Amino acid sequence: MREMAVLSRGLSVGYGSEVIVPGIDLELAAGQTCALVGINGSGKSTLLKTLAGLLPPILGEVAILGKPPLSMPSRVAYLGQFHPSGMALPLRAADVVRMGRFSSHGLLGKLGSEDEEAVWAAIEAMGVTKFADLPLSRLSGGQRQRVFIAQALARRADLILLDEPASNLDAPAVETYRRLVRATADAGAACIVATHDIDEAGACDMTMLLAHRVVAYGPSSEVLEPAALLATFGIVGRYREGGLVAVGREHDGCHDGE
Amino acid sequence: MDFLVAPFASNVFMQNAFVAGLLVSVACGIVGTFVVLRGLAFIGDALGHGVLPGVAIAVLLGLPGMVGAAGGAIVMILGISLVTRKSSLSSDTAIGLLFVAMLALGVAIVSRSRSFSGDLVRILFGEILGITAGEILIQLAATSAIAFLAALCYRPFLLLCFGNEQADASGFSSRLFHGIMLGMIALTVVVSFKTVGTLLVFGMLLAPAASAALFARRIGGMIAGATAIGAFSVYAGLLASYWLDLAAGASITLVASLIFFVLFSARRLGEKGRAASREDPHHA
Repeated sequence: MREMAVLSRGLSVGYGSEVIVPGIDLELAAGQTCALVGINGSGKSTLLKTLAGLLPPILGEVAILGKPPLSMPSRVAYLGQFHPSGMALPLRAADVVRMGRFSSHGLLGKLGSEDEEAVWAAIEAMGVTKFADLPLSRLSGGQRQRVFIAQALARRADLILLDEPASNLDAPAVETYRRLVRATADAGAACIVATHDIDEAGACDMTMLLAHRVVAYGPSSEVLEPAALLATFGIVGRYREGGLVAVGREHDGCHDGE
Repeated sequence: MDFLVAPFASNVFMQNAFVAGLLVSVACGIVGTFVVLRGLAFIGDALGHGVLPGVAIAVLLGLPGMVGAAGGAIVMILGISLVTRKSSLSSDTAIGLLFVAMLALGVAIVSRSRSFSGDLVRILFGEILGITAGEILIQLAATSAIAFLAALCYRPFLLLCFGNEQADASGFSSRLFHGIMLGMIALTVVVSFKTVGTLLVFGMLLAPAASAALFARRIGGMIAGATAIGAFSVYAGLLASYWLDLAAGASITLVASLIFFVLFSARRLGEKGRAASREDPHHA
Protein backbone atom coordinates (compact mmCIF):
# COMPACT_ATOMS: atom_id res chain seq x y z
CA MET A 1 0.00 0.00 0.00
CA ARG A 2 1.19 3.50 -0.80
CA GLU A 3 2.14 5.89 2.01
CA MET A 4 -0.71 8.15 3.14
CA ALA A 5 0.33 11.74 2.52
CA VAL A 6 -2.63 13.13 4.44
CA LEU A 7 -5.01 11.33 6.75
CA SER A 8 -7.58 13.21 8.80
CA ARG A 9 -10.50 11.96 10.88
CA GLY A 10 -13.21 14.27 12.21
CA LEU A 11 -10.87 17.23 11.77
CA SER A 12 -12.35 20.64 12.61
CA VAL A 13 -10.33 23.62 11.35
CA GLY A 14 -10.65 27.30 12.22
CA TYR A 15 -9.13 30.21 14.11
CA GLY A 16 -8.95 30.16 17.89
CA SER A 17 -12.12 28.37 18.94
CA GLU A 18 -14.13 29.51 15.91
CA VAL A 19 -14.72 26.50 13.66
CA ILE A 20 -14.70 27.29 9.91
CA VAL A 21 -15.08 23.72 8.61
CA PRO A 22 -16.01 20.82 10.94
CA GLY A 23 -15.65 17.06 10.55
CA ILE A 24 -13.14 16.76 7.71
CA ASP A 25 -12.22 13.19 6.72
CA LEU A 26 -9.45 13.50 4.18
CA GLU A 27 -7.38 10.69 2.75
CA LEU A 28 -4.77 11.37 0.14
CA ALA A 29 -2.16 8.87 -0.96
CA ALA A 30 1.32 9.61 -2.27
CA GLY A 31 1.21 10.38 -5.97
CA GLN A 32 -2.32 11.80 -5.85
CA THR A 33 -3.50 15.35 -6.52
CA CYS A 34 -6.42 16.92 -4.73
CA ALA A 35 -8.33 20.16 -5.34
CA LEU A 36 -10.02 22.11 -2.56
CA VAL A 37 -12.87 23.94 -4.23
CA GLY A 38 -15.13 26.60 -2.77
CA ILE A 39 -15.90 30.30 -2.79
CA ASN A 40 -13.90 32.88 -0.83
CA GLY A 41 -14.18 32.21 2.89
CA SER A 42 -15.36 28.64 2.45
CA GLY A 43 -12.43 27.25 4.45
CA LYS A 44 -9.91 26.26 1.74
CA SER A 45 -7.04 28.32 3.13
CA THR A 46 -7.89 27.42 6.72
CA LEU A 47 -7.68 23.72 5.90
CA LEU A 48 -4.40 24.16 3.99
CA LYS A 49 -2.87 26.10 6.90
CA THR A 50 -3.94 23.41 9.33
CA LEU A 51 -2.36 20.71 7.16
CA ALA A 52 0.81 22.83 6.93
CA GLY A 53 0.87 23.05 10.73
CA LEU A 54 0.38 26.82 10.79
CA LEU A 55 -2.95 26.51 12.61
CA PRO A 56 -3.64 23.97 15.36
CA PRO A 57 -6.55 21.63 14.67
CA ILE A 58 -9.55 22.48 16.83
CA LEU A 59 -10.90 18.94 17.00
CA GLY A 60 -10.12 15.56 15.52
CA GLU A 61 -6.96 13.96 14.20
CA VAL A 62 -4.64 14.78 11.35
CA ALA A 63 -1.48 13.02 10.21
CA ILE A 64 0.87 14.38 7.55
CA LEU A 65 3.09 11.64 6.09
CA GLY A 66 2.25 9.62 9.18
CA LYS A 67 3.30 12.30 11.69
CA PRO A 68 1.71 15.39 13.29
CA PRO A 69 1.78 18.49 11.03
CA LEU A 70 5.06 20.44 10.87
CA SER A 71 7.09 17.46 12.16
CA MET A 72 9.10 17.38 8.92
CA PRO A 73 9.20 20.84 7.32
CA SER A 74 11.58 19.70 4.59
CA ARG A 75 9.08 17.13 3.33
CA VAL A 76 6.12 19.52 3.12
CA ALA A 77 6.02 22.61 0.90
CA TYR A 78 3.42 25.31 1.53
CA LEU A 79 2.67 28.31 -0.65
CA GLY A 80 0.20 30.74 0.89
CA GLN A 81 -1.49 33.71 -0.73
CA PHE A 82 0.95 36.60 -0.95
CA HIS A 83 0.28 40.27 -0.78
CA PRO A 84 2.45 41.68 -3.52
CA SER A 85 2.84 45.10 -1.85
CA GLY A 86 5.35 43.79 0.66
CA MET A 87 7.58 42.23 -1.93
CA ALA A 88 10.00 45.04 -2.71
CA LEU A 89 12.86 43.17 -1.07
CA PRO A 90 16.44 43.43 -2.33
CA LEU A 91 16.52 39.83 -3.47
CA ARG A 92 16.98 38.28 -6.88
CA ALA A 93 14.41 35.79 -8.12
CA ALA A 94 16.92 32.93 -7.80
CA ASP A 95 17.57 33.88 -4.15
CA VAL A 96 13.84 33.61 -3.46
CA VAL A 97 13.66 30.16 -5.05
CA ARG A 98 16.73 29.13 -3.02
CA MET A 99 14.81 29.94 0.18
CA GLY A 100 12.77 26.82 -0.61
CA ARG A 101 15.82 24.76 0.36
CA PHE A 102 16.34 26.34 3.81
CA SER A 103 14.11 23.82 5.58
CA SER A 104 16.51 20.98 4.79
CA HIS A 105 19.55 22.72 6.28
CA GLY A 106 18.54 24.50 9.49
CA LEU A 107 20.28 27.70 10.49
CA LEU A 108 23.78 27.21 9.14
CA GLY A 109 23.89 23.98 7.10
CA LYS A 110 25.57 24.62 3.77
CA LEU A 111 23.51 24.42 0.59
CA GLY A 112 25.21 21.97 -1.77
CA SER A 113 25.14 20.99 -5.42
CA GLU A 114 21.99 18.95 -4.90
CA ASP A 115 20.23 22.09 -3.66
CA GLU A 116 21.46 24.16 -6.59
CA GLU A 117 20.27 21.46 -8.94
CA ALA A 118 16.77 21.51 -7.36
CA VAL A 119 16.69 25.32 -7.44
CA TRP A 120 17.64 25.64 -11.10
CA ALA A 121 15.42 22.76 -12.17
CA ALA A 122 12.44 24.52 -10.55
CA ILE A 123 13.44 27.86 -12.11
CA GLU A 124 13.64 26.26 -15.53
CA ALA A 125 10.40 24.32 -15.06
CA MET A 126 8.46 27.47 -14.16
CA GLY A 127 10.02 29.36 -17.06
CA VAL A 128 11.68 32.03 -14.93
CA THR A 129 15.26 31.45 -16.10
CA LYS A 130 15.25 34.72 -18.03
CA PHE A 131 14.68 36.86 -14.96
CA ALA A 132 16.39 34.66 -12.37
CA ASP A 133 19.02 37.38 -11.82
CA LEU A 134 16.57 40.28 -11.63
CA PRO A 135 15.51 41.74 -8.29
CA LEU A 136 12.06 40.71 -7.16
CA SER A 137 10.89 44.34 -7.24
CA ARG A 138 11.39 44.46 -11.01
CA LEU A 139 9.05 41.53 -11.69
CA SER A 140 5.34 41.73 -12.41
CA GLY A 141 2.80 40.11 -10.09
CA GLY A 142 2.46 37.08 -12.35
CA GLN A 143 6.23 36.68 -12.71
CA ARG A 144 6.62 36.82 -8.91
CA GLN A 145 3.93 34.19 -8.51
CA ARG A 146 5.88 31.91 -10.86
CA VAL A 147 8.99 32.50 -8.73
CA PHE A 148 7.06 31.54 -5.58
CA ILE A 149 5.69 28.38 -7.20
CA ALA A 150 9.27 27.54 -8.22
CA GLN A 151 10.29 28.05 -4.57
CA ALA A 152 7.67 25.51 -3.44
CA LEU A 153 8.77 23.03 -6.13
CA ALA A 154 12.45 23.48 -5.26
CA ARG A 155 11.81 21.94 -1.87
CA ARG A 156 11.17 18.59 -3.59
CA ALA A 157 8.66 17.85 -0.88
CA ASP A 158 6.51 14.74 -0.53
CA LEU A 159 3.43 16.86 0.11
CA ILE A 160 2.87 20.16 -1.68
CA LEU A 161 0.18 22.55 -0.43
CA LEU A 162 -0.68 25.44 -2.77
CA ASP A 163 -3.19 28.17 -1.98
CA GLU A 164 -4.70 29.53 -5.21
CA PRO A 165 -1.35 29.44 -7.00
CA ALA A 166 -2.88 30.14 -10.41
CA SER A 167 -4.34 33.52 -9.51
CA ASN A 168 -2.20 36.20 -11.23
CA LEU A 169 -0.87 33.73 -13.79
CA ASP A 170 -1.45 34.19 -17.52
CA ALA A 171 -2.80 31.31 -19.61
CA PRO A 172 0.58 29.82 -20.66
CA ALA A 173 1.86 29.99 -17.06
CA VAL A 174 -1.30 28.26 -15.80
CA GLU A 175 -0.66 25.55 -18.36
CA THR A 176 2.97 25.16 -17.21
CA TYR A 177 1.99 25.09 -13.56
CA ARG A 178 -0.72 22.45 -14.08
CA ARG A 179 1.65 20.25 -16.07
CA LEU A 180 4.20 20.53 -13.27
CA VAL A 181 1.71 19.57 -10.58
CA ARG A 182 0.84 16.49 -12.60
CA ALA A 183 4.50 15.62 -13.18
CA THR A 184 5.31 16.11 -9.50
CA ALA A 185 2.48 13.75 -8.53
CA ASP A 186 3.58 11.22 -11.14
CA ALA A 187 7.01 11.32 -9.52
CA GLY A 188 5.39 10.26 -6.23
CA ALA A 189 4.51 13.45 -4.35
CA ALA A 190 1.01 14.32 -3.16
CA CYS A 191 -0.35 17.74 -3.98
CA ILE A 192 -3.29 19.72 -2.59
CA VAL A 193 -4.39 22.87 -4.39
CA ALA A 194 -6.99 25.41 -3.29
CA THR A 195 -8.78 26.79 -6.32
CA HIS A 196 -11.95 28.43 -7.63
CA ASP A 197 -11.37 26.84 -10.99
CA ILE A 198 -13.56 23.81 -11.65
CA ASP A 199 -11.53 22.86 -14.72
CA GLU A 200 -8.42 22.69 -12.57
CA ALA A 201 -10.27 20.50 -10.07
CA GLY A 202 -11.37 18.26 -12.94
CA ALA A 203 -7.71 17.66 -13.77
CA CYS A 204 -6.94 16.56 -10.18
CA ASP A 205 -7.41 12.97 -8.99
CA MET A 206 -9.55 13.99 -6.02
CA THR A 207 -11.74 16.97 -5.19
CA MET A 208 -13.07 18.26 -1.90
CA LEU A 209 -15.96 20.73 -2.21
CA LEU A 210 -16.08 23.16 0.71
CA ALA A 211 -18.78 25.57 1.85
CA HIS A 212 -18.10 25.94 5.58
CA ARG A 213 -18.64 22.19 5.55
CA VAL A 214 -17.44 19.32 3.40
CA VAL A 215 -20.03 19.19 0.63
CA ALA A 216 -18.37 16.22 -1.03
CA TYR A 217 -15.02 14.47 -1.20
CA GLY A 218 -13.95 11.82 -3.66
CA PRO A 219 -12.60 11.22 -7.15
CA SER A 220 -13.05 14.43 -9.17
CA SER A 221 -15.11 12.70 -11.86
CA GLU A 222 -17.68 11.68 -9.23
CA VAL A 223 -17.64 14.77 -7.03
CA LEU A 224 -17.88 17.46 -9.73
CA GLU A 225 -21.56 17.01 -10.52
CA PRO A 226 -24.25 19.70 -10.74
CA ALA A 227 -26.03 19.13 -7.41
CA ALA A 228 -22.79 19.26 -5.39
CA LEU A 229 -21.52 22.30 -7.30
CA LEU A 230 -24.82 24.07 -6.73
CA ALA A 231 -24.42 23.47 -3.00
CA THR A 232 -20.83 24.74 -3.14
CA PHE A 233 -21.09 27.75 -5.41
CA GLY A 234 -24.77 28.46 -5.86
CA ILE A 235 -24.31 27.84 -9.58
CA VAL A 236 -25.56 25.17 -11.91
CA GLY A 237 -22.89 23.62 -14.08
CA ARG A 238 -22.72 21.02 -16.81
CA TYR A 239 -19.96 19.26 -18.70
CA ARG A 240 -19.37 20.09 -22.34
CA GLU A 241 -16.67 18.49 -24.43
CA GLY A 242 -14.80 17.28 -21.39
CA GLY A 243 -14.75 20.67 -19.63
CA LEU A 244 -17.16 21.94 -17.06
CA VAL A 245 -19.11 25.04 -17.99
CA ALA A 246 -20.99 27.21 -15.53
CA VAL A 247 -24.27 28.13 -17.14
CA GLY A 248 -26.02 29.95 -14.34
CA ARG A 249 -25.23 31.40 -10.98
CA GLU A 250 -27.17 32.52 -7.96
CA HIS A 251 -24.65 34.95 -6.49
CA ASP A 252 -21.30 36.53 -7.28
CA GLY A 253 -17.88 35.46 -6.15
CA CYS A 254 -17.95 32.00 -7.65
CA HIS A 255 -15.35 32.50 -10.35
CA ASP A 256 -11.69 33.19 -10.16
CA GLY A 257 -11.74 36.48 -11.97
CA GLU A 258 -8.96 38.22 -10.07
CA MET B 1 42.14 69.47 3.13
CA ASP B 2 43.49 69.77 6.64
CA PHE B 3 40.11 70.78 8.03
CA LEU B 4 38.73 67.33 7.06
CA VAL B 5 41.28 65.44 9.17
CA ALA B 6 42.70 67.79 11.78
CA PRO B 7 39.73 67.71 14.21
CA PHE B 8 40.16 63.94 14.53
CA ALA B 9 43.96 63.90 14.50
CA SER B 10 44.35 66.41 17.30
CA ASN B 11 41.44 65.58 19.64
CA VAL B 12 41.04 62.32 21.54
CA PHE B 13 37.36 63.07 22.21
CA MET B 14 36.76 63.33 18.44
CA GLN B 15 38.57 60.03 17.85
CA ASN B 16 36.47 58.31 20.51
CA ALA B 17 33.32 59.84 19.07
CA PHE B 18 34.24 58.63 15.60
CA VAL B 19 34.91 55.06 16.76
CA ALA B 20 31.71 54.98 18.81
CA GLY B 21 29.79 56.36 15.84
CA LEU B 22 31.26 53.72 13.53
CA LEU B 23 30.12 50.98 15.90
CA VAL B 24 26.64 52.50 15.99
CA SER B 25 26.69 52.53 12.18
CA VAL B 26 27.51 48.83 11.99
CA ALA B 27 24.86 47.83 14.54
CA CYS B 28 22.24 50.08 12.95
CA GLY B 29 23.21 48.95 9.43
CA ILE B 30 22.54 45.32 10.31
CA VAL B 31 19.48 45.74 12.50
CA GLY B 32 18.06 48.65 10.49
CA THR B 33 18.09 46.54 7.31
CA PHE B 34 15.72 44.03 8.84
CA VAL B 35 13.66 46.76 10.53
CA VAL B 36 13.13 48.42 7.14
CA LEU B 37 12.50 45.17 5.24
CA ARG B 38 10.01 43.89 7.78
CA GLY B 39 8.28 47.22 8.28
CA LEU B 40 9.14 47.32 11.99
CA ALA B 41 9.98 51.04 11.97
CA PHE B 42 7.20 51.82 14.40
CA ILE B 43 8.33 49.17 16.87
CA GLY B 44 11.90 50.47 16.57
CA ASP B 45 10.63 53.97 17.30
CA ALA B 46 8.65 52.74 20.28
CA LEU B 47 11.71 50.91 21.66
CA GLY B 48 13.84 54.01 21.19
CA HIS B 49 11.49 56.09 23.28
CA GLY B 50 10.57 53.31 25.65
CA VAL B 51 14.04 53.25 27.18
CA LEU B 52 13.67 56.86 28.38
CA PRO B 53 12.04 56.19 31.78
CA GLY B 54 14.62 53.48 32.47
CA VAL B 55 17.46 55.88 31.72
CA ALA B 56 15.76 58.59 33.77
CA ILE B 57 15.46 56.33 36.81
CA ALA B 58 19.09 55.29 36.43
CA VAL B 59 20.17 58.96 36.27
CA LEU B 60 18.21 59.79 39.44
CA LEU B 61 19.66 56.78 41.28
CA GLY B 62 23.17 57.47 40.01
CA LEU B 63 23.36 54.15 38.11
CA PRO B 64 24.90 53.72 34.63
CA GLY B 65 22.41 54.87 31.97
CA MET B 66 22.84 51.65 29.99
CA VAL B 67 21.47 49.58 32.88
CA GLY B 68 18.37 51.74 32.99
CA ALA B 69 18.03 51.64 29.20
CA ALA B 70 18.19 47.84 29.24
CA GLY B 71 15.45 47.74 31.88
CA GLY B 72 13.29 50.14 29.89
CA ALA B 73 13.79 48.12 26.70
CA ILE B 74 12.78 44.88 28.42
CA VAL B 75 9.58 46.49 29.76
CA MET B 76 8.86 47.89 26.30
CA ILE B 77 9.41 44.54 24.51
CA LEU B 78 7.11 42.81 26.98
CA GLY B 79 4.53 45.54 26.44
CA ILE B 80 4.80 45.36 22.65
CA SER B 81 4.51 41.58 22.50
CA LEU B 82 1.55 41.64 24.88
CA VAL B 83 -0.18 44.31 22.79
CA THR B 84 0.52 42.67 19.40
CA ARG B 85 -0.59 39.25 20.60
CA LYS B 86 -3.81 40.33 22.31
CA SER B 87 -5.14 42.80 19.76
CA SER B 88 -4.03 42.36 16.19
CA LEU B 89 -6.57 44.96 15.06
CA SER B 90 -5.26 48.07 16.72
CA SER B 91 -1.68 47.16 17.59
CA ASP B 92 -0.36 50.29 15.85
CA THR B 93 -2.50 52.47 18.05
CA ALA B 94 -1.58 50.52 21.16
CA ILE B 95 2.17 50.65 20.44
CA GLY B 96 1.84 54.37 19.71
CA LEU B 97 0.15 54.97 23.04
CA LEU B 98 2.67 52.76 24.80
CA PHE B 99 5.58 54.83 23.58
CA VAL B 100 3.91 58.16 24.28
CA ALA B 101 3.21 56.93 27.81
CA MET B 102 6.83 55.81 28.27
CA LEU B 103 8.12 59.12 26.87
CA ALA B 104 5.86 61.08 29.23
CA LEU B 105 6.88 58.89 32.17
CA GLY B 106 10.53 59.46 31.31
CA VAL B 107 10.11 63.24 31.18
CA ALA B 108 8.08 63.19 34.41
CA ILE B 109 10.85 61.25 36.18
CA VAL B 110 13.61 63.47 34.83
CA SER B 111 11.68 66.57 35.94
CA ARG B 112 12.40 65.48 39.54
CA SER B 113 16.09 65.93 38.80
CA ARG B 114 17.71 69.27 39.67
CA SER B 115 19.43 69.55 36.30
CA PHE B 116 16.23 68.69 34.45
CA SER B 117 16.77 70.15 30.97
CA GLY B 118 20.46 69.25 30.78
CA ASP B 119 19.77 65.60 31.65
CA LEU B 120 16.86 65.41 29.25
CA VAL B 121 18.82 66.81 26.32
CA ARG B 122 21.69 64.41 27.04
CA ILE B 123 19.33 61.43 27.10
CA LEU B 124 17.35 62.42 24.02
CA PHE B 125 20.23 63.59 21.85
CA GLY B 126 23.22 61.72 23.24
CA GLU B 127 26.65 62.89 24.28
CA ILE B 128 28.87 61.36 21.67
CA LEU B 129 31.68 63.81 22.49
CA GLY B 130 31.77 62.52 26.06
CA ILE B 131 32.14 58.82 25.22
CA THR B 132 34.73 56.95 27.26
CA ALA B 133 36.97 54.05 26.22
CA GLY B 134 35.03 51.74 28.56
CA GLU B 135 31.76 52.60 26.85
CA ILE B 136 33.34 51.95 23.47
CA LEU B 137 34.32 48.47 24.65
CA ILE B 138 30.72 47.74 25.68
CA GLN B 139 29.57 48.97 22.28
CA LEU B 140 32.12 46.77 20.56
CA ALA B 141 30.87 43.72 22.46
CA ALA B 142 27.22 44.51 21.69
CA THR B 143 27.91 45.19 18.00
CA SER B 144 29.81 41.89 17.73
CA ALA B 145 26.87 40.10 19.35
CA ILE B 146 24.47 41.72 16.89
CA ALA B 147 26.62 40.75 13.89
CA PHE B 148 26.92 37.20 15.22
CA LEU B 149 23.15 36.87 15.78
CA ALA B 150 22.35 38.29 12.35
CA ALA B 151 24.67 35.77 10.67
CA LEU B 152 23.26 32.93 12.77
CA CYS B 153 19.61 33.85 12.13
CA TYR B 154 19.97 35.05 8.55
CA ARG B 155 17.70 32.37 7.07
CA PRO B 156 14.76 32.76 9.48
CA PHE B 157 15.11 36.56 9.29
CA LEU B 158 14.91 36.39 5.50
CA LEU B 159 11.86 34.12 5.67
CA LEU B 160 10.23 36.49 8.19
CA CYS B 161 10.52 39.28 5.60
CA PHE B 162 7.95 37.30 3.60
CA GLY B 163 5.75 36.69 6.62
CA ASN B 164 5.52 34.54 9.73
CA GLU B 165 4.02 31.63 7.81
CA GLN B 166 7.05 31.34 5.54
CA ALA B 167 9.32 30.96 8.56
CA ASP B 168 7.04 28.54 10.43
CA ALA B 169 6.43 26.36 7.37
CA SER B 170 10.20 26.07 6.89
CA GLY B 171 10.70 24.85 10.43
CA PHE B 172 11.85 28.15 11.99
CA SER B 173 9.58 29.36 14.80
CA SER B 174 8.38 32.83 13.84
CA ARG B 175 7.73 33.70 17.46
CA LEU B 176 11.24 32.74 18.57
CA PHE B 177 13.06 34.55 15.76
CA HIS B 178 10.81 37.61 15.91
CA GLY B 179 11.66 37.75 19.60
CA ILE B 180 15.38 37.53 18.82
CA MET B 181 14.99 40.35 16.30
CA LEU B 182 13.20 42.54 18.87
CA GLY B 183 16.04 41.78 21.28
CA MET B 184 18.58 42.90 18.68
CA ILE B 185 16.69 46.16 18.08
CA ALA B 186 16.60 46.72 21.83
CA LEU B 187 20.32 45.98 22.20
CA THR B 188 21.09 48.43 19.40
CA VAL B 189 19.01 51.13 21.06
CA VAL B 190 20.52 50.48 24.48
CA VAL B 191 24.16 50.70 23.37
CA SER B 192 23.56 53.54 20.90
CA PHE B 193 21.57 55.94 23.04
CA LYS B 194 24.66 57.30 24.79
CA THR B 195 26.16 58.12 21.40
CA VAL B 196 23.27 59.59 19.45
CA GLY B 197 20.49 59.68 22.06
CA THR B 198 17.18 57.87 22.34
CA LEU B 199 15.44 60.25 19.95
CA LEU B 200 18.09 60.09 17.26
CA VAL B 201 19.04 56.42 17.48
CA PHE B 202 15.85 55.79 15.57
CA GLY B 203 17.10 58.01 12.75
CA MET B 204 20.35 56.04 12.57
CA LEU B 205 18.38 52.79 12.61
CA LEU B 206 16.15 53.86 9.76
CA ALA B 207 17.77 56.45 7.50
CA PRO B 208 20.92 54.57 6.34
CA ALA B 209 19.03 51.29 5.83
CA ALA B 210 16.19 53.02 3.98
CA SER B 211 18.75 54.82 1.77
CA ALA B 212 20.48 51.53 0.97
CA ALA B 213 17.12 49.87 0.26
CA LEU B 214 16.57 52.31 -2.60
CA PHE B 215 19.40 50.77 -4.61
CA ALA B 216 20.45 47.46 -3.05
CA ARG B 217 19.89 44.23 -4.97
CA ARG B 218 21.04 41.85 -2.21
CA ILE B 219 20.45 41.79 1.55
CA GLY B 220 24.21 41.71 2.16
CA GLY B 221 24.64 44.69 -0.13
CA MET B 222 21.93 46.56 1.73
CA ILE B 223 23.64 45.95 5.09
CA ALA B 224 27.00 47.04 3.67
CA GLY B 225 25.44 50.11 2.04
CA ALA B 226 23.58 51.07 5.22
CA THR B 227 26.76 50.72 7.28
CA ALA B 228 28.75 52.83 4.81
CA ILE B 229 26.10 55.56 4.70
CA GLY B 230 25.91 55.50 8.51
CA ALA B 231 29.69 55.76 8.80
CA PHE B 232 29.82 58.67 6.38
CA SER B 233 27.00 60.38 8.31
CA VAL B 234 29.00 60.02 11.53
CA TYR B 235 32.11 61.50 9.91
CA ALA B 236 30.31 64.39 8.20
CA GLY B 237 28.11 65.06 11.22
CA LEU B 238 31.06 65.18 13.62
CA LEU B 239 32.94 67.47 11.27
CA ALA B 240 29.96 69.82 10.97
CA SER B 241 29.52 69.78 14.72
CA TYR B 242 33.23 70.63 15.25
CA TRP B 243 33.49 73.50 12.79
CA LEU B 244 29.98 74.94 13.03
CA ASP B 245 29.54 74.31 16.76
CA LEU B 246 26.38 72.19 16.33
CA ALA B 247 25.05 69.41 18.56
CA ALA B 248 26.95 66.29 17.43
CA GLY B 249 24.23 63.64 17.70
CA ALA B 250 21.71 65.82 15.89
CA SER B 251 24.22 66.70 13.14
CA ILE B 252 24.92 63.02 12.48
CA THR B 253 21.23 62.12 12.28
CA LEU B 254 20.57 65.16 10.10
CA VAL B 255 23.25 64.10 7.60
CA ALA B 256 21.84 60.54 7.51
CA SER B 257 18.31 61.83 6.88
CA LEU B 258 19.51 64.29 4.23
CA ILE B 259 21.30 61.48 2.39
CA PHE B 260 18.06 59.52 2.35
CA PHE B 261 16.01 62.36 0.90
CA VAL B 262 18.66 63.20 -1.71
CA LEU B 263 18.87 59.55 -2.85
CA PHE B 264 15.10 59.24 -2.71
CA SER B 265 14.64 62.28 -4.95
CA ALA B 266 17.41 61.10 -7.29
CA ARG B 267 15.67 57.79 -7.72
CA ARG B 268 12.31 59.40 -8.33
CA LEU B 269 13.88 61.68 -10.95
CA GLY B 270 15.62 58.70 -12.53
CA GLU B 271 12.34 56.81 -12.74
CA LYS B 272 10.57 59.81 -14.23
CA GLY B 273 13.36 60.20 -16.77
CA ARG B 274 13.12 56.56 -17.77
CA ALA B 275 9.33 56.77 -18.07
CA ALA B 276 9.60 59.91 -20.20
CA SER B 277 12.11 58.37 -22.60
CA ARG B 278 9.89 55.31 -22.89
CA GLU B 279 6.91 57.45 -23.88
CA ASP B 280 8.88 59.57 -26.32
CA PRO B 281 11.15 57.42 -28.49
CA HIS B 282 12.92 60.52 -29.92
CA HIS B 283 13.85 61.71 -26.45
CA ALA B 284 17.53 60.95 -25.86
